[in-house]
Amino acid sequence: MLYPASSLSLIIFCVFVGAVLALSFWLGRKAQSAKGYFAAHGQVGWFVNGIAFAGDYLSAASFLGICGMIAFFGYDGFLYSIGYLAGWIVALFVIAEPIKRLGKYTFADALDAQFHSRGIKLAAAISTLIVSLFYLIPQMVGAGALIKPLLGLEHHWGVIMVGVVVVLIVVTAGMVSTTWVQFIKGSLLVIFCTILVGLILSRGLAVKPPSEPQAVVKKDGQTLINGKPQSLENDLKPVGRVLALPPGPDGKPRTETGPLGPIEYLRTLEGSTIETYSKRVSADGTTTTYAPAPKSGLDLLTPGASPTFASVRQEGLAGKLNFLSLMLALFCGTAALPHILIRYYTVKDAAAARKSTVVGIASIGFFYVLTLYLGLGAMTSGQLDPTDSNMAAPLLAKSFNPVLFAIISAIAFTTVLGTVSGLILAASGAVAHDLMTNVFKINLDDHGKVRAGKIASVVVGVIAILLGIAFKGFNVTFLVGWAFNIAASANLPAIVMLLFWRGTTRQGITWSIVIGLVTSLAWIMLSTDAYQNLYGYSAKDAAAKALAPFNQPGIVTIPLSFIVLVVVSLLSKGHRKSKTELDAHAAATAGSAE
Amino acid sequence: MAQPEHHDHDTRHVSPNVKLGLTLFGVYLLLYLGFMGIAAFKYDLFGTSAPGGVNLAIAYGMGLIIAALVLSLVYMVFAKPD
Repeated sequence: MLYPASSLSLIIFCVFVGAVLALSFWLGRKAQSAKGYFAAHGQVGWFVNGIAFAGDYLSAASFLGICGMIAFFGYDGFLYSIGYLAGWIVALFVIAEPIKRLGKYTFADALDAQFHSRGIKLAAAISTLIVSLFYLIPQMVGAGALIKPLLGLEHHWGVIMVGVVVVLIVVTAGMVSTTWVQFIKGSLLVIFCTILVGLILSRGLAVKPPSEPQAVVKKDGQTLINGKPQSLENDLKPVGRVLALPPGPDGKPRTETGPLGPIEYLRTLEGSTIETYSKRVSADGTTTTYAPAPKSGLDLLTPGASPTFASVRQEGLAGKLNFLSLMLALFCGTAALPHILIRYYTVKDAAAARKSTVVGIASIGFFYVLTLYLGLGAMTSGQLDPTDSNMAAPLLAKSFNPVLFAIISAIAFTTVLGTVSGLILAASGAVAHDLMTNVFKINLDDHGKVRAGKIASVVVGVIAILLGIAFKGFNVTFLVGWAFNIAASANLPAIVMLLFWRGTTRQGITWSIVIGLVTSLAWIMLSTDAYQNLYGYSAKDAAAKALAPFNQPGIVTIPLSFIVLVVVSLLSKGHRKSKTELDAHAAATAGSAE
Repeated sequence: MAQPEHHDHDTRHVSPNVKLGLTLFGVYLLLYLGFMGIAAFKYDLFGTSAPGGVNLAIAYGMGLIIAALVLSLVYMVFAKPD
């Protein structure tokens, strides 16, 4: 679909983003030294840090991707909400406390604390790079989705804008996502999404007439909509409507409900008939037809309404493996993300850390409840762009008020900037510090290390831009699901076994990370989803060519990584350090940290 | 950031807070596996009516989100100071 630019939206957007960037620069420059950075965090209260958790964790993928998936497919998008939050339970209850006792904050540092192994450093650095890249791609795709309805620009311009701005910031100012900026972003995201849900509930549901199929033909450089050239006057019509409502409380038929409470909204939707859309591509790939596909609300509000998870409704366990695998990967993935655990330690003591985590879980959980209503509101708003599910939430906001739309787009955009800059910093750190200094032993002075980090930031930024353009149209939360699969397969077994099994050896850790990484990545690249959405095959050809039996690898690759760690550790147990050596090392480490 | 003190480098010594965390994790894991189990073995249950008049899929999904909050509150209240 085409979008005319809105001057009001653009002005509000620029003012908002500019204000947040200015705040970031000011706060970042105040904390010049590492001591200043950490001292500032030490003085931040647990409530602020808790909301900062949410601001850090809730990327545009959560907001745009989950809402989009729910808007198009119903409950299956909500599975990601459930899984993403469940991952925090693993992080809080299993990992956070024991890892603090190691005196380390990050997954990579913790893994290597006892072994000082180049193999572990290399494996952990590569894992960080790959997980960061898979996390980066959906953020860049999300940026492209935001810019389109706001400025009327094509997807790739939004991606390039984000990539260039973030690389400039990281290279010139070394922007650090401070706790206060994350607090502001987290608060604003939750507040404005709550307002939007309030508007959805007060609007209620209303019946609209069914729509006609629409065809898009792309041939000889031209795009035809229903046979005529695409223009603002002849464009795809937005979709998503209620075709029939259940009878009212008085038992009489009705065409609109008026304002509804949160539970009543879900109950009413379950009893409704909703017009969703199916997409069919012609054999030669030139014509895409979007045809209305009425479905019952109950069907949409149970798992399996999307093509991805439709097999969960089949008899027999084999068809359900994809669904179970995703739920496992989401559950195990959060604690395995390299950049997540560090925020647990940015308050003054353990009691404050626990309180801030509770506040974080509460605000993240509340937001994910909001995503269900945002997605369902978009599904029935009549404003969906059938070509791009990532646009559902911004277009929903636009249907209420252009100012609200501009503000929410600006919040989401600054969230993307924060997440992308953090990921680029993590990835460039993995290159400059872990790989160059610790693995390849390239001796660099401080100036050289900073320069290497900046060059790495530019390279990673360019790769992120190219991938963000290549993955256009891919639902962003789906891409983040892939990142979770890889992180859970490569990182979690190593950290869990290190913390809870004395028999863990450095060879076991190294091989566990390598096998987890290679198998999950290969599985994803050889899956039906990749063949269809990445390599461009039709659904039928993709299913025929794909080597992976189902799309989500976690249920195979996570246990495999655990098994590899145990087997290799047992085979190499002669190399394990004794408790005396561990205690001596701990004493030496504590002394050098003073 | 000041390095947090660690009292025992060998994390295999299980402190009360670690035990509490693992216990609460076990509770949540059972709830989560219950959700996965319904999908695997009794899918039709998802469409049945649950308290509030919504279907079980919605109620259970919301319940998992609420349970995460409740269990983390329990952890905060009962965790011993270091």
